[in-house]
Amino acid sequence: MAESILSLSGVRADIDQYHILHGVDLEVPAGELTVLLGRNGAGKSTTLRTIMGLTTVTQGKVRFRGEDITGQPTPRIARKGIAFVPENMGIFSLLTVRENMVLAAVDGPMDPARLDWVFDLFPPLKKFWNRAAGNLSGGQKQMLAIARAIIEPRELLLVDEPTKGLAPAIINDLAGAFEQLKQQQVTVLLVEQNFNFSRRLGQSAAVMNDGGVVWSGQMTELADNDDLQHELLGLGLGEHQ
Amino acid sequence: MSAHDEMIGQATPPQGVLARFAAFRENKPHIFLLLLMMAVALLMMDPRTWVLLTISGLAMGAMVFLMASGMTLTFGLMNVLNLAHGAFISLGAFAGASVLVWLSAQASEPSLLINLAAILPALGFALVVAGLLGLVFERLVIKPVYGDHLKQILVTVGGSIIIMELIHVVWGPNEIPVPRPEALTGAFLLPDALPVIGGVALEKYRLIAVVLGLAIYGLMTWIIERTRVGILIRAGVESREMVEVQGYRIRLLFLGVFVAGSALAGLGGAMWAMYREIITAHMGDELMISVIVVIILGGLGSIKGCFYGAVLVGLINLYVGYLEPRLAAVATVGLMVGVLMWRPQGLIPVIKV
Repeated sequence: MAESILSLSGVRADIDQYHILHGVDLEVPAGELTVLLGRNGAGKSTTLRTIMGLTTVTQGKVRFRGEDITGQPTPRIARKGIAFVPENMGIFSLLTVRENMVLAAVDGPMDPARLDWVFDLFPPLKKFWNRAAGNLSGGQKQMLAIARAIIEPRELLLVDEPTKGLAPAIINDLAGAFEQLKQQQVTVLLVEQNFNFSRRLGQSAAVMNDGGVVWSGQMTELADNDDLQHELLGLGLGEHQ
Repeated sequence: MSAHDEMIGQATPPQGVLARFAAFRENKPHIFLLLLMMAVALLMMDPRTWVLLTISGLAMGAMVFLMASGMTLTFGLMNVLNLAHGAFISLGAFAGASVLVWLSAQASEPSLLINLAAILPALGFALVVAGLLGLVFERLVIKPVYGDHLKQILVTVGGSIIIMELIHVVWGPNEIPVPRPEALTGAFLLPDALPVIGGVALEKYRLIAVVLGLAIYGLMTWIIERTRVGILIRAGVESREMVEVQGYRIRLLFLGVFVAGSALAGLGGAMWAMYREIITAHMGDELMISVIVVIILGGLGSIKGCFYGAVLVGLINLYVGYLEPRLAAVATVGLMVGVLMWRPQGLIPVIKV
């Protein structure tokens, strides 16, 4: 396994009076796509939000490239090179597609070559460049959300359930985009419920249950072992998808 | 056109005169209401009086816009209810008036150029003093109460009382007369040859207020629509969290907007001082009623809505004040009630509920 770029050790986090994370230990290897799996309510989204500093860590440490980033303000964490695509995509619906992208390019004007690459990945963004992002379809919004995260090179992408509620054809397009990111050895931590999608893309995997990581290893190991899938992800999830 | 069609944005153009009229009313409610109000007023009075009142109403609207624009941004972007906004208006008025008195030699010359040597420093000083107070006020008073409206109301009302008492300490408790610069007194006479409106006397100061108000509206619109800071402000109105996730420090943006809003309140206050030619520490409180009506009427967080709201408030004040002076006091609030019954979200809402 490659050296890890992000590591969580014993991370506990609360939302209001509820304990959501009970000591999460997670290593994200550099240059790989890691899939974070688990049932609804296992704490996957909270884990991503905690890495971004959007949920307060009550105990434990989050380290990014060896540096302790626990408790740092969200903008500072983002500027270290972590991009976050939340479950609701978080696009600014009143802004145009262009304006959404302008804000995402924090370091200044967008690099035209990189923008062309993004347009190649997601052609609808070019078509609707000056339209309000709120008028995009669900799939196009997801494309915009991911495009924002990659318009400038980032060390780590955190992506929360990009396939949720999307049609199979669009999921296929998204998978193609992630394949390209993998080829460029961009580090991705992907929360996903769709096991086929995860199996196709994931290099390493971690499974969460009840606020902790209960299994982690290579994706192939999990994909080839039906019993393990049953045990970790519930009955027959693999077959149903 | 229903709200549902608007969201899809692909509705077919309406057919027929009535349908087009309905579409205009729903899509451009601010222009519809403005034209309606001006037309009704024109039917009820002599055209010469109407021109006079309309210009005066626009002037009042321009000044109220300056005062209200800062508050609509702090409310829309930061979700902060700053009831001390009126105190910034008062402070701007006193700061501007002090400079005018100090430079009264320049202000009393008949030449506009020499007058400007007093007016520009006065307006600039009002802007800077109110802006600086805004900086201190945000750090000391607003920062600890982000996200809690009840506390915001309590501490900002308290802050407002302190600022107004400090004005009493510095400038004394009495009303202060403000010398209006010489070149801004008097009026332009429209040439008699003009049909219908010939011979109407338009006060110079009001025309200048309209021009300045329009210029600042234009500048603000440009900043909001075209610059990166403007995009950030609009993004922040929608989701503070996502602005931070992109790597921007929204607290810094809040501070900047608060200071700019306070400075604009100060500028509006200084202009109001020259308009009324007399100021008191509590003038800001009196103006706050108009300011609050304007930001609710226009739609919270919308600069464009704020501008049209201010113009509507200015016009209805002048029209009703002429037609039925006893109703002038309730006209502003009546306008707000009427608009909210028609469009509860305000004329041009930024925050989609």
